[in-house]
Amino acid sequence: MDIILCVKHVPETAEAEIKIDSTGKTVEKSGLVFDINEWDDYALEEAVLLKEEFGGNVTAITVGSEDSDAVLRKCLARGADDAIRLTDRKFEGSDGYVIAKILSKVVKDLPFNLILTGAQAGDDGYAVVGPILAELLGIPHASMVKKIELNGEIAKVNRELEGGLEEIVEVKLPAVLTIQTGINEPRYVSIMGTRKAMKKEVKVLGLAEVGLSENEVGEAGSWIKTEKMYVPPVEKQAEFLEGSPEEIAGKVAELLKAKGLI
Amino acid sequence: MKEILVLAEHRQGQIRDVTFEMLTKGRELAGKTNTELTAVLLGKDIENHAKTLSDHAKKVLLVEDPKLENFNSEAYHRVLFNIIRERKPLLTLIGHTSFGVDLAPGLAVSLNAPLATDCIDLEFDGETLTVTRQMYGGKVNVKAVLRKAESYIATVRQATFPFEKETSMNGQIVKVPSSISEEITKKRFVEYVLPPPGGVDITAAEVLVGVGRGIKDGGNIPQIEELAKALGGALACSRPIVDKGWLPNDRQVGSSGKTVKPKLYISLGISGAFQHVLGMKSSDLIIAVNKDPKAPIFGVADYGVVEDLFKIIAPLKSKILELRG
Repeated sequence: MDIILCVKHVPETAEAEIKIDSTGKTVEKSGLVFDINEWDDYALEEAVLLKEEFGGNVTAITVGSEDSDAVLRKCLARGADDAIRLTDRKFEGSDGYVIAKILSKVVKDLPFNLILTGAQAGDDGYAVVGPILAELLGIPHASMVKKIELNGEIAKVNRELEGGLEEIVEVKLPAVLTIQTGINEPRYVSIMGTRKAMKKEVKVLGLAEVGLSENEVGEAGSWIKTEKMYVPPVEKQAEFLEGSPEEIAGKVAELLKAKGLI
Repeated sequence: MKEILVLAEHRQGQIRDVTFEMLTKGRELAGKTNTELTAVLLGKDIENHAKTLSDHAKKVLLVEDPKLENFNSEAYHRVLFNIIRERKPLLTLIGHTSFGVDLAPGLAVSLNAPLATDCIDLEFDGETLTVTRQMYGGKVNVKAVLRKAESYIATVRQATFPFEKETSMNGQIVKVPSSISEEITKKRFVEYVLPPPGGVDITAAEVLVGVGRGIKDGGNIPQIEELAKALGGALACSRPIVDKGWLPNDRQVGSSGKTVKPKLYISLGISGAFQHVLGMKSSDLIIAVNKDPKAPIFGVADYGVVEDLFKIIAPLKSKILELRG
């Protein structure tokens, strides 16, 4: 069971206050902590679990700058065997379609039974890379996967639908599965794993090696281009309660009493 | 006349709300671009749905085939590919739902039609399409422009546009033969599964304390549960808490969990991503505690507290118990 794992290096923003940078098109990156995209973290764990059960090789691959090595090292430390980074200044500004296009050019020449990636990325949230990669490779896919069962040439998977419902679908291998959070419990990196990962080589390929031309990548090759980023307008704003924690607690309790909730 | 196509989404005998929401937006766009609004409905024995949709669109394209009985992106792709290639609509709208995200990207590639996903607004300037989307979990909005093309595809976020119940457009139902000739072999729908019912029904609770990523560790759950108990309420949560296994999935509030409308919802350490907000915004009174003053939850809450939640819960619990006597 050879698995290709597509990952992305993204800033962690759920708990951070974020600012729009001077270009007005992206966020101020300094001060943000980068890590593996949350959905990809679950995909990584799933890849390693499948490898442990069925054997085979896991190759982690990313499109990004040199900083993305941190994510590839994490994949290696957690159980991936090989790592490939696709890096070129010309790749900057690529949308999900172009990222999938770049990946497809490299993945098509690698042996694999399964491609795993996160259902979406926490930064741009396009949720397109996995299904587009499948289309470009001419193989089936299933997105938002919460459970995988492999039976020979068939992957039986649970897809998450709305309101807690799931559907079970079968896809023929080779296939792309995009992983939803919560499918497993990502393990911690062991010291042994970290040591092993440091010794491994990250293979780096650029535009020419990938086999694409300049106008096929970056903004030029993309479907969608950001014009302007802004703070979402608020239709309503909460009335803020201020003071020391004690005073705030008192205000909240009084409020609840006044509303008959206590 | 060029068209705006809206793909109707239905499941287990029900047309899903996102369909009507997209038809609302589609109607506005059709008016502005001088195009015609057409709904596309794929399935098996669904003439009743076609009749319903005919009140909301100028035309309903009805494709019936046993192979389309349940949603299958491979089968849907084949049929829609032919319809879009032939009719060249200015825009095709698909829900940004589990079905839509499985279908739209591949379809866009094969048609070479630029795609924008999870749109919360769309507008045309001539033939150029500009969309509004969110990034970073809803902390910023972006206006993005699509590469100029003859035909675009966009997926639309649920619960973004209003559901117009009465439109009486008296649309024409047009039966279109299914273009699926061979068997669908790469992907097969098996069945729907519902998660097993849990011990606590959060939809019945009058008071809910919702926790999110901000609680940092599952070990902090008991002290928050005590606060919920002091209020006579139950504990609910946002998605990451279930993903981490800290609470069972019957406690999850949001688009992939439950929709709740308690009298009081106290939100602790939840940033307020759209998916969560969708499940709790109709609560009577919302009080949110979050360290980030710009967290989107403060756009939904009635009262906000910008503070470390762990500094608030203990004094709050004792004040409540004091007032209860």
